[in-house]
Formats: sequence, C-alpha cells, structure tokens
Amino acid sequence: MGNKGDFRVPVSQVPHSVPIPEDITGIGGTVSVEINEKKISVPLGTTILEACKKVGISIPTLCHHDDLCIAGVCRICVVEVEGMRTLQASCSFPITTPIKIKTSSPMVRKARRHIIDLLLSEHYGECYTCFRNGNCELQNLAKEYGVDSYTFGHIDKPRFEVDNSSYSVVRDMSKCILCKRCVRTCIDLQEVGVLEAIGRGDKTHIGTFLEKPLADVICINCGQCINRCPTGALRANDPSDAIWEAIDEPTKHVVIQTAPSPRAAIGEEFGLPAGTSMTRELNTALRRIGFDKVFDTNFAADLTIIEEGTELILRLYNALVKKGKVALPQFTSCSPGWVKFIEHYYPEYLDNLSSAKSPQQMFGALIKTFYAQQAGIDPANIVSVALMPCSAKKFECNRPEMNSSGYKDVDYGLTTREMARMIKEAGINLPEMPKSDFDSPFGEASGAGLIFGATGGVMEAALRSVVEFVTGNKTEDIFERANIIPLRGFEGIKYMEIPIGDKVGRVPDLIKHFIPDWNWLKGATLKVAVAHGTANAKKIMEDIKSGGKFSECHFIEFMACPGGCLGGGGQPIPTTPEIRMKRAEAIYAEDESLEIRKSHENPNVIRIYKEFLREGPCSHLSHKLLHTHYVKRGRYIA
Amino acid sequence: MLVLEKNAMTEEIEQLVEKYGRSRSSLLPILQDIQRKHKHIPDFAQQEIARLLDIHPVEIYSVITFYSFLSTTPKGKYIVRLCQTIACDMQGKEAVAKAIERELGIKFGQTTKDNKFTLEYANCVGMCDQGPAMIVNENVYTKLTPEKAIQILSELK
Ligand code: SF4
Ligand code: SF4
Ligand code: SF4
Ligand code: FES
Ligand code: FES
Repeated sequence: MGNKGDFRVPVSQVPHSVPIPEDITGIGGTVSVEINEKKISVPLGTTILEACKKVGISIPTLCHHDDLCIAGVCRICVVEVEGMRTLQASCSFPITTPIKIKTSSPMVRKARRHIIDLLLSEHYGECYTCFRNGNCELQNLAKEYGVDSYTFGHIDKPRFEVDNSSYSVVRDMSKCILCKRCVRTCIDLQEVGVLEAIGRGDKTHIGTFLEKPLADVICINCGQCINRCPTGALRANDPSDAIWEAIDEPTKHVVIQTAPSPRAAIGEEFGLPAGTSMTRELNTALRRIGFDKVFDTNFAADLTIIEEGTELILRLYNALVKKGKVALPQFTSCSPGWVKFIEHYYPEYLDNLSSAKSPQQMFGALIKTFYAQQAGIDPANIVSVALMPCSAKKFECNRPEMNSSGYKDVDYGLTTREMARMIKEAGINLPEMPKSDFDSPFGEASGAGLIFGATGGVMEAALRSVVEFVTGNKTEDIFERANIIPLRGFEGIKYMEIPIGDKVGRVPDLIKHFIPDWNWLKGATLKVAVAHGTANAKKIMEDIKSGGKFSECHFIEFMACPGGCLGGGGQPIPTTPEIRMKRAEAIYAEDESLEIRKSHENPNVIRIYKEFLREGPCSHLSHKLLHTHYVKRGRYIA
Repeated sequence: MLVLEKNAMTEEIEQLVEKYGRSRSSLLPILQDIQRKHKHIPDFAQQEIARLLDIHPVEIYSVITFYSFLSTTPKGKYIVRLCQTIACDMQGKEAVAKAIERELGIKFGQTTKDNKFTLEYANCVGMCDQGPAMIVNENVYTKLTPEKAIQILSELK
C-alpha cells in the first residue's frame, strides 16, 4: 500500500517534544517566559510543562507520558496564563510568545482539586486491594492535593466487569480514568490497535473491537499498555498465588529461571536508582523464598544463538550454494509479542521466522528433560517458573504446542513487578541480600546471552559468534572489546553491513557435518537490521513487502517492546526513555565485566551438546526440544 | 457472512476507497455510504475498511459508536428519529411518541419485524421553533401532532 505511513496519523497526534539543550544561547528562536515571577528563556515551541520542568517546578500530569504523543485530555496540568480567559493545559501549550504563567494560584489549585474530585466520583476501586497501591498516579494526586472527602460523591459499584480472558493482560475498566495512554501506546508505539475510546459522552469507555474480550481480539500481549497506565485499570495476569502454593507443597520441585532484564530493573521496586543490577542478590532472595533451584535464562539465550545461528548459516548455505528456495531474511523469534504480531499481520512471512524457540521455552524443555534426568526428579513434580520482563511470556508458555518435554514446558511466566511483590511479601529486602551464583548444571552464562535484554542484543550476540566462526578472527579483533556499537542504542531501526573479506576460518566441529567450508562466503557482505517496538517492525515488514532495502538483509532482529526486553510490559512502572537507557547501561556494564562474552564459548553450552544434544544444533533432538512452529492467525476477528 | 458476500463487500469498499481516498478523513464518507446502503456497518466491513485505510478495526468501531447515525447492528429501511430535547418536549413530543409507538407496534430503540422501521430518539435537530420535530431518514418533519405523525408513517408503509 505504498508509503501511507506518514499521513496515517494526524499531525496533532505525532509524538512531539522539543528537547531543551543545556546551552540555548547558540540557537535562535528563543522566547522568554515568566513562571511564578521567575524568568527564563526557552526555544520557541517548548511546552509550558517542559519549561516548568526546566526551572524545577513540578506540574501534575495524568494523560501525558514521555513516550507518547500529546493528548491534552485530562486537564490536571492546567496553569494560569496571564491574559487568557481560561486555564491552559500546560502539556499541550507550546510557548510562541513571551508569556507569564502562574502554576499554583488559587484558581489553579481549585481547578485541579475539582478534576481529581470528578475523577474519583467515577472511580471504583479500593486502594488496599489494588495492585497499584503505593504506585498509582491517581492515588498520589489525591494524596498530594489532600483529598479528604468526595466533593462530588463516590461510586460504590463497579461499572464494568473485569476482563480476565487474556493470559497476559487483565482489564478493570472501573478504575480507568480515560487518559487514553493505553490507546496511544497500542496504536502509535505498537501499531496493534487493540484499544480505543468507545461510545460518547458519559458512556465513553476504553474498549476493544466489538467489545470482545481481550483474548478474542488481536492483542500481542506485550503489556506496554499496562506499563503506561497511570492507575490499576490494566494489570498483568498474576500467577503468584499458584507459585506460592507450589513452593509450599513439599512434593514439588520448584525451579526458576531469571532473564537478564528483570535483574537490571527489579532494584527500582526496592527504591534503588534505575540501572542497578541485582543479579546475584536476586539469586539469594529467590532461594530464601523457597525456590529449589535458580537458573540463568542466559544459558538458554546462548543456546538460542547456537541454534538460531546454525539455522541462519544453513539457510544461507542452501540459498547461495545449493540454490534452493529458502526464506530470507531470517527473523528472530525470541519475542513472543513479535511472534504473535507476525502471525496476525504477516502470516505469509512465517517461514522467515527462525524456528528456534525463545530462550524461556528452550530452557523449559531442557529443565523437564535434561535436568530432570540429571537430578533424578520426576518431571511431573517439577514446577518451572520463568522470571521475565514480559507479559507476553505468560501467553507464550500457555501456547498448546509448548509441551515438547511431554509436560507443560514452562508452568508460569512471572513479571518483574510480581516477583518484587513476592520478595517483599516474604519479608526480604532485596538490596541487602548477600550475593550468590546460579545453580548447576546450567550455571553461569555468557555476556552474549545477557545482552539479549537490550534492543540489538540478540543481533550483537549472534554476530559475536558468527563473525568468529566464519572469518576465523577473534571478534575482538574486528570490534573493539567485542562491543558492536552500531547495534546499540534506541534508534527505532538499526542497520549494519559486515563485509566478510577474503580470509575465512575453519568450520567449527559443531556444524561440520552440515557444511564443508566457508569458501562460499568469501567476499560476501552480511546485512543485518534491528527493530524494536512493533510499529518499527511494521515499517521493516512493509519495506520487505515492497522489495526495499530490508528485503536484502540476511538476518533481522525484532523485539515487540520499545527498547527491547528491558522496556518490557512486565517491568517496573514507570518505564521512561531515561529509565530504559539506565537499564541498558546496567546490562552492557555487566556484560563487559564477564569473562566469557560469546555464546559458543559458554562451557555449559559446549557440555550440553556433548552430553545431551549429541547430534548437535538443528538436529533431530534439538528440533524436538528447542524448535517450534507457528500459527497462521491472520488479521480477521470472527 | 458467506464468502461470496464477503467478496462483494470487499469489492464495494475498494470502490469507495478509490472514490474517497485512503486518508483518515475519507473514513466518514465511506462509513456513511455503507450505512446508507446496508443500514448498518457489518463487522467484516469494519475490518476491511481498516485494512484498506491502514488503520485498526477498533478505530473504526470507535467512530461508529461515537456517531448515532452510524450503527453496527442492522436498522430498518426507515429510521424515525423523534427529537427529545426540551423545546420539542414542551411542544407535545410525548403524545407524538406514544402515537408512533402504537402505530408501529415497537418501542424506542427497536426495529419492526419486517425491518421497515427503526424508532429512535434524537437530540435537538434545530427545528425548535417548529416542534415537535422528527427526521425520517434524510427528511425533516415539523409541527407534528399524533395524527400527522401517523399519517406520515402510514404513507411509508
Ligand atoms: S487505581 Fe489507584 S486510586 Fe484506584 S484503587 Fe487502585 S491504587 Fe487506588
Ligand atoms: S498488551 Fe500490547 S497489544 Fe495488547 S492491548 Fe496492550 S499494548 Fe495493545
Ligand atoms: S486503561 Fe489506564 S491508560 Fe487506558 S485510558 Fe484507562 S487509565 Fe488511561
Ligand atoms: S497532562 Fe496535560 S491534559 Fe493531561
Ligand atoms: S428541541 Fe427539538 S428541534 Fe430543537
């Protein structure tokens, strides 16, 4: 459908923010503002809200979110602008002429109080029983503005039934304040478009297509809407009660795998600054809670690199040497949100999706086979939990095909937020925990598995191995300290070319039976791309459809969530651009600190191919346990 | 919907998109045309429009539920909208309403069994000086009395 992407969203809805440079004397077009008698000058077009931030005045907001376009619908951010008859919403007022602003006049305070009172009059919910208790923007405002009575009354019955249909997201619209952050998230950031305002006037509510339950519409379970909701109206489907039960049941052997992103973020739930890695403290806490074993998901991420990397090499070999019909570029498949996205919107490209399972599911299958064997435990008695930054992982572990061990491979997907709550419930203060290591037989993983958590990480991890395999050179000799910088950072779409050159290495033993040598790659250029947030994924897919530059790529990484897993829908709230950056720094710093930073050098991975998956990657057994197939879902809702 | 019906619907929408364009502002005219022809906007049509305009079905559903002249469930051939706002109310809307209900044998919000008439209330239609007023499809009738209303409807029957 050509290039319609650009006029699809009205200009008024395009994300808009003018970053304020530290030194603005160098740029023209500034305008002076007087905020509460304090004079500053800001670039033309700066919003009042941003200008106030600059001078350290905080203005309450509800519908505003740093990731989203301006809405201006809640009006809580109103200020007085001299000469204007009515109060103005500061988040959506661009300063274009010198103005004088009062942010805390009697009129402003009264208006804000009224807005809060009006919201509360229709807000059904008991804070004690609400998962946002203590971290709710509405509750905070009520506290800040000293609400001590309901001026306009208070509803005493829920207006809507709770929608519990989805494995991932629970919707309780009686707590919704109609800020439409979820709507903008789902449409603008994710291009999934599950939610919109339905009805009109006092009947307006946020709903789905034909008011269907969430499980019956096209929702990719990413949970990004949860992460941006200011209240408890959206939450993840929390399995912690069932997990407690399993822990308390002596016959059950409860194991947990922890993904890299929760470890970089869970500290935030305990008051630590964003970007404080808690990996080893968490290990101790989890054991104290009662988990019998704590495993590192990164081990399975390393395994993913070997399986998915082999698959890529085989595809390339088949295409270039055997001239077979092969689907290229290969797409990564570790983000279950992305997998569901492509199943719905681009089912004709499912062959491009790597058949390798996500690390979570690979690990699940190994725990109930390899580990059960080694430890002499009946897999029927193993309860396998996955700590993930992600709500889509809850859906993924419930996919009917995810039972290649003969049991449900992963029993529960638990988000970072839910884990933090369980730890608190157990009376543990995470930051005070002594450090401890992961359990064998999977043990420590490589830095390559770790950086899966950030956008570009899977690609970087794959390249660290593939480049070394093919060229025979150390990755460090090509990229300084093996850091592949062009793949890092938060640009929506990243692209990179890696010339192979004329010198090739020896084919590693692991895949020697597939390909004799690398000569066929001499002089080739490997083209890769990375996208995060399904809106960016869509851009790449449309480009591929129209035969653009991305159709010539060999390998593309897709992550459903903005920022990759570290910005996942199960991560601590709030998640903002700065917080994502901090979490990424924590992940890359931990990677640098590790001795082993390439998946193929992980001794436990080498071992598992020796002892268990003896036929090597992409073999019969690995296909049975570590690979999967996908469903052509299509875009129509019956 | 049967496959054949679906194909016909897709074709129809493709033509409308051809006519009005693919931008978001084409949405309302497309919806109006479909509503006029099919007396509602079927679920499948909503999804097809979404696909062709590259927006999301829920955005279309949102628009339909916002406007009372668009609907997701089939309406009768004639949609009778009686003004319920204060000026008409004071000029005798209640009696007219009762008469129409009796004449058509349905309540407000309902459609006759033969799918001929749908009865609805509307808010002020701008005829306050000549109330009570009603709209039948695209025609406005003013200074209604129970008799006059029945007369108008029976001519349509
Ligand atoms: S959404 Fe906020 S205000 Fe409402 S019940 Fe939950 S914590 Fe309380
Ligand atoms: S989980 Fe993701 S796809 Fe589903 S409604 Fe929320 S933002 Fe949209
Ligand atoms: S569900 Fe949450 S984010 Fe969505 S409109 Fe309601 S309060 Fe806002
Ligand atoms: S935050 Fe400004 S209107 Fe909602
Ligand atoms: S009140 Fe009925 S037309 Fe205005």
